[in-house]
Parts: sequence; C-alpha cells; structure tokens
Amino acid sequence: MARMTLDVNGKVETIDADPNMPLLYALRNELALNNPHFGCGLAQCGACTVHVDGQPVRSCVTPVSAVGNSKIVTLAGLGTPEKPHPIQKAYVEEQVPQCGYCINGWIMTAAAFLHQTKKPTEAQIKEALSGLKCRCGTHMGILRAVKRAAAMMG
Amino acid sequence: MTKMDNATHFSVSRRSLLKAGGALVVSIGTPVTLDTALAVGEAFAQGAKPPLMPDQLASFIAVNADGTVSAFFGKMDMGQGLFVAIGQMVAEELDVPFKAVKVIMGDTATSVNQGGASASTGIQLGGKQMRMAAAEARRVLVDMAAAQLGLAADALTVSDGVVHAKADPSKRASYAELIGGRYFNVQLDWNKEWGNTLYAPGKAKPKDAKDHKIVGQPIAREDIAPKVYAQEDFCTDVRRPGMVHGRMIRPAVAGSVPVKVDESSIRDIPGARVVWDNGFLGVVADKEWDAVRAADKLKVEWSDVKPPFPNQSALYDHIRNAPVRKREIGGKEVGNVDEAFKTAARVIEAEYEWPFQSHACMGPACAVVEIKDGNVTCWTGSQKPHFVRDGIALTLGVPAETVRSIWVVGPGSYGRSDADDAAMDAAVLAKAVGKPVRVQYTREQATGWDPKGPASIHRARAAVDAAGNVIAYEFTSKGFSRIDVNTNGGAPKDTLAGHFRGAELKSADGFGVPAESYEFANKRLAWETVPPLLARASPLRSAHLRDPVGPQVHFASESFIDEVAAALALDPIEFRLRHVKDPRDVAVIKAAAEKAAWQARPSPRKDQTGAKVSGRGIAYSQRNGTRCAVIAEVDIDRASGQIWARKLTVAHDCGQIINPVGIRHTVEGNIVQGVSRTLWEEVKFDAKNVTSIDWMSYPILDITGTPEAIEVVLINHPELPPTGAGEPSIRPVAAAIANAIFDATGVRIRRVPFSPDRVKQALS
Repeated sequence: MARMTLDVNGKVETIDADPNMPLLYALRNELALNNPHFGCGLAQCGACTVHVDGQPVRSCVTPVSAVGNSKIVTLAGLGTPEKPHPIQKAYVEEQVPQCGYCINGWIMTAAAFLHQTKKPTEAQIKEALSGLKCRCGTHMGILRAVKRAAAMMG
Repeated sequence: MTKMDNATHFSVSRRSLLKAGGALVVSIGTPVTLDTALAVGEAFAQGAKPPLMPDQLASFIAVNADGTVSAFFGKMDMGQGLFVAIGQMVAEELDVPFKAVKVIMGDTATSVNQGGASASTGIQLGGKQMRMAAAEARRVLVDMAAAQLGLAADALTVSDGVVHAKADPSKRASYAELIGGRYFNVQLDWNKEWGNTLYAPGKAKPKDAKDHKIVGQPIAREDIAPKVYAQEDFCTDVRRPGMVHGRMIRPAVAGSVPVKVDESSIRDIPGARVVWDNGFLGVVADKEWDAVRAADKLKVEWSDVKPPFPNQSALYDHIRNAPVRKREIGGKEVGNVDEAFKTAARVIEAEYEWPFQSHACMGPACAVVEIKDGNVTCWTGSQKPHFVRDGIALTLGVPAETVRSIWVVGPGSYGRSDADDAAMDAAVLAKAVGKPVRVQYTREQATGWDPKGPASIHRARAAVDAAGNVIAYEFTSKGFSRIDVNTNGGAPKDTLAGHFRGAELKSADGFGVPAESYEFANKRLAWETVPPLLARASPLRSAHLRDPVGPQVHFASESFIDEVAAALALDPIEFRLRHVKDPRDVAVIKAAAEKAAWQARPSPRKDQTGAKVSGRGIAYSQRNGTRCAVIAEVDIDRASGQIWARKLTVAHDCGQIINPVGIRHTVEGNIVQGVSRTLWEEVKFDAKNVTSIDWMSYPILDITGTPEAIEVVLINHPELPPTGAGEPSIRPVAAAIANAIFDATGVRIRRVPFSPDRVKQALS
C-alpha cells in the first residue's frame, strides 16, 4: 500500500492503494467515479478510457502509481450539459448510444483526436477509432457524431 | 418527463416496500418517502393498494398527485429506446402529453412479469398490454368525470389529461383531481399467463390508428444525455453498505471441479475468503482489487477429467454424425416431398455451417445481492429480472415473495447472456459470507463462459423438373439446441451456479425453421437437435443469442434460394418473386430492390477481372409478423480475402410504426451486429475449453470495416398491430452478404464466418 495523489477532473485527491492497482479501480472505487467502465482489463475495448494530460489512456491497464502528477479527465470531466464538449453535443444530437456501456472509449478517444486533427477525413476518423469496441453496433451513429463534432470544431 | 427510472436511487426501507407491495403512486426518485406515499394512498377513496397482480389496472398505470402518469412495465429497454415507444403508446391512449408519462421498468417490486426483454416483443406484446391498460384507465377516468360533472360519458372528451365536456370545455375535471395520488381499483380480464403472453385487457377499446397523434412520432430518447455526460449509473455502479467484492473461479478444463482449495494461499490478502460448494468456487474481499488478486493467487487442485470437446475442425462432422435427440417438422409438410424428388429431372443440393457464437457483451456481467432481515435484493443487468427473482429463490431455497430483483441498465445483452449467471453467483456468495456481494465477471469469463448461440449444419435440396420449375424443396437444420439452458436464469438447472452446485439438469430441445412464404408444390422444413457436448457447466452450453437460430437458419435457406436461382440462370429477385406468396413479403423485397436500384440479371456477374471485385446480393425473411429484406453490396479483395460489406439497403415492415427513429437506430445496430457475426464471429475451442476469451480471440467488426451506408426503408402499416424490430433485420444479413460474394466471384461460401483466411482459401 502507498499513499498517492491523483488529479482528477481538476480536483486533487489522496488515496491509499496498491501501487500496481490499475487506475480504473482507483477511479471507480476509491473516488467513486462511476464512469469509466470495466470492459476487459486488457486494453482491448476502450470502455475504461480517460484522458491523462489530454491523451486517451486505457485506465484498466495503467498502474495507478504510473500517473504521477498528470491531469486525469474522465467523461464526467470532459463536459457538462451546460458546457458540453462538441463530441458530447454531437452524440446527443445523433442519439448514438444504445446500451452506452462503451461510451468512454469512443468519446474520449474522439475528443483527443478531434483536438489534434481538424477537418478529418472519414478514413482518418476510422483509423483513429480503430480497435475500440461497440457490441450494440452503433458504428454508423458514432461516425455521424464524430463528423458532426468535427464540423462544430471547424 | 418520460425517463427510465434508475432503481439504484431508491432510498426506501425494505419493510415499507413490501408493505406497499407494488405500483406506487409517486414519481419515483422524488424525495417523497414510500411510507408517505402509502399513507396518501390509504387515505383516499380508492383504498389500499391492490395486490401487484396482472388482473389489476393499478399494476400497470398510476396517475400521480401532480397529474403525471407512471407506467409500470414488466419488460425493459436494452438500449433500443423501447421506453420511449411504451411512453408514446400510454400517452396516446390516455390523452396526456408524452412528457407526462414516466415508464418504470424491470423491478419486481413495481411491475408484473411480462417476460422481460424477450423475442422482440417489447412493443408487440408488452406494448399491446400497456396500450390496453392505458385505454382502460382513460375509460375509467372519463366515467369518474361523468359522475362528477353530471354528464354522460359520451359527452366528454380528454385533452392533455383533462376530461371536459365536448360542448363546454369549462365543465372539466383533470386526471389529477379525479384520481391523482390514489390507486386504480379496477379489475382487468387477465388470461392467467405470465411472461411474454401475459394479457389483461379492460373493457375499453384502444384508439383507431387514424386518431393517433403521439404514436408514430420520431420522439428522441432522454436517456442519451445522462449516458453522454456520465450521469447514469449502470448495474456495475451499485454500491451497498458493507458490500464486499466477489470473483468467480472457473476450471481450466471444462467439466473438472476443485478437489483441493488452499485458502492459506490468499491469507495475506485483507478480508479474502473462499466460497466453495462442489464445483462452485469464488472468492470475496473487502476491496475489489483484492478480490482480483485473490482470484489470481488462490491455489486450487482440480479433478482430472477427460477433455470434453472434439477438435474444433471436427465440429461439423460431430453434428452430422451425432444422434438426433429431437426432430420436428415446422408447420406442415406440403404435398409429398419424397415422392416429388423421385420425379426430379435435376436435384440441387447444398449444406451450410454456422459456428458457436458468443454474446460477448461489452461489459462482463455484474450483479449485487444483499440479504437483509430475511429478504433478498438483487441488482442485475439481466434482461429478465422477474425470472432472476425466481432463480434466486430456488437457488437459495427461499420464497419468491422475499426476493426483489431490480434491473439496472447494464451492457447490452442480446439474449441469454452471462447476466443471469452472475446474479445467481452473487446470491450464493452473499448467503455464504453474510454480506452484500458484488460479483464482477472477467472478460475471459464473459466471452469464454457465457451461454453460446448454437452451432449447426443445414441441408437443403430442391427438385427441378425438365421445364426448369422447382417442384419440391426440403430444408433441414441439425444443431445444438437453442435452449440447452433456458432463455432466463429462472431455475438452477439453467445457471452456472446451479450446474456447479449439482442441480439436476434438463437440456431442452428447440431450434427453428425458415420463416418465409415461398410456395412450392412440395415443401418440408425441419429441424433436429443433438445432445450437448458436455452436459454440466459447459462453456459451450447453448441458449438464446439475438434472433435465436435466425441468422444461421436464414443464412442457409436464403443462400440456397440464391443457389437455385443461379442454377436456373434467373435473377435472384425475379426467382424469389415467382415463389413468394405473402404480399407484405413481396413489398419488402420490391422496396429494397427499388431503393438499392437493383439491376435484374442472374448471378454471378461476369464482367470483372483483377483482385478487387464487387457484387450484390439479396435475402429476405419474416420474424413473428415482421418482414425484412436486405440487399448487400460487397467489395472483395481477392488477394487478402478481406470482405467489405460496403452498403446495406434494408426494407422493414413491422406493422404499425410506433417510433420511426427508434426503429432506424435499432435496425442499424442489427445490421452492424449481423455483419460482425457473418464476417468475424466464431467461438474457438480446443479439447479442454473455449479458447475465445477476449477481443483478440473473439474478434468483432471493427469501425474500419463499418459499412459506408445503411439505407433503411420503413414500411408503415398503421392499420396493423405493431410487431417487433429488435431482431428481424439481423436475420437476412449473412445470406445477403454470401449472395453478394457469389455474385462478385462465382464462389459460394457456405461456412460462417467469412474471415479473410476462409475467403482467400475459398477463392484460390
């Protein structure tokens, strides 16, 4: 066990945990942040994705001790109904999710991608999101939403 | 506001809940306590809350004190926007604004067992019941208003929840004034059935479709924003005071059981405990990460058993050679098939193969069970929480009345997923350790140990006379049963906990036949089931997976119809239209053809050379009253074997459309999942166990393989009852793609999935 601090959604929190414990468990259990989700524990699906210093990271395989002072942002910290991130706004407008369990992977990955790549092509969008899983098959809606958000972000 | 209730927000005592026993005339989630609500209910003329039974209107509909309506639904929405459609149907019949209705679903304390999410009957059967209940509620309210206003009921009408005289709107009584905050005390004519077939109409007739104002509108879901802004809790997020975390341990060789468990191997992990009962083995710990570590570290000696499974490459031969446990003719044989084949000038024959497939839910199953003061509460993502209640009661040996099962949104389940198993495991662990237990499966368990969609082979043959007419058609499926374990966790024999703890087993027989309206003078459709490979606790036990056996049966039947058309050098649509007799079937085929700008010609096309070729194919089917035709336009890279299902055009007729946007999204999901199952999905196994245990070993369609376009043509029949949309459109996808591959290449692929290796091999 070790005492560590985590900077999550702009708030610094202190936890006592096994340094090898994945960040996901710290977020969900120590900090009671119900998103992100456990999907595989193998970095294969994306359901646990958070931003660490603006980059999408699979929190299910990231040891909590590896995060250091980096700034963690979860889906809850990405935007709010009052002040949404464009991809969140687009997701609502396009009515994308079915069950919604996979949502962290797509939204957090797309958000980081759209900040780096303005006016992306469809091929670039697909490449950026490759590997993420959605079992309900909302892929068409996801692509519509990412394109809509890209248009909003100019 | 129409919004799914999230039962985790309940903050009421168990005692008061049992006292209430059912539908509550409060907006759940408001600060009003249940005892208060109950007191209000008891204080008014309608008297005590009637028992939560299907013959009571109060079990389905309540008008709250503020005039809003609660609709208590014994099915649930697995992400297809069903609660919007149900809200529309209820609001329509009651003549209240859509936003005044709140649909509360999937809690055994507030709804009767309408079958849960099942067989795409949410609207078809569940909605039908809610529509009848709402119509009856309106009738009763108008009668109450008539008495109060001293007017005849037929002199009254209802606008936005206010009953008023047609001639004088100032003579009025609102629903809130008439009954708000009290219970209906109205008997319904219940057919005495539970589950999907439960039906309990009142005296009222529902509205004529021409008068519908809310039904048919593309109303958006309100649960999207909470998901997108991380404000919605899932079943994985339920936390109870004193809760510990559980993990299950499964054998490396299917069929083996623990013979020695060394609890000292996890002694250094805080709070770690073993729960071992026969083949059932789990660990709990106070902290989730400690439960993960304990499951990993626990030393277990397993019984030595003979590896139960055949070599995977011998699977289809195993099915071919296995004894038939049950054979059934679907419907009735037409003519005399055997005699007709004797007269054939030519016989066309083919055989098709479909693998085991996994639900592979986005999240491994999770459930929480709390046992307190003799009462059991389960929070589950299962699509059938009422059956989970029954299963827990039998598993723990307690009366079902003492068990409450609450559905909380989980990862989409697409049938009998691992969710029901997790609920039973949590119940066994909670009883053993005397604390609330949260069980979270691993990815390996989710994909490796969920009940599987059954593997099968399908033989088809057609007799053609000298003039080139099809005179006989025979289609026979042979495969593992789709109900080796049942469609729900309602009994120990159907759950892993039951199997591991030694419950008496009963594998039931069920399969299916093609659902179409091809008319041939002699026709026989049949199915045969074979025994499971391993009777007890098998990772290949088979059960319902979205559109149970529909994709496999229609992959084969609609591929074969195409083969016959090609053998007769006929355009695949022209051939179908010669034999399809149902006018609505004809309509979906023609609508898809028109939308896709289908060019009539026989397959295969012969104008392509080079490595990259493309083709188009059609398939169609019915499903419980719904009709669907799919045209696939497919690109094939002959060098890599890569298939891209580039464009899919779908024509869909499910009778009356309740919400077109809901259907469109549902159809899109079906098509993408159908493409995935066709191109990628196959459960791999070796002699010892399933080896598809993650997303690498059980690949699904990647976003890079997503179609460029899915065009959906919705055919509306407001004059007909609504039928299902949750599954019918997944059914024809595989055959449409197979037929397109044949069109492009002249090569017929008769085994799913069409993975690059298999396609490359087939084309070489």
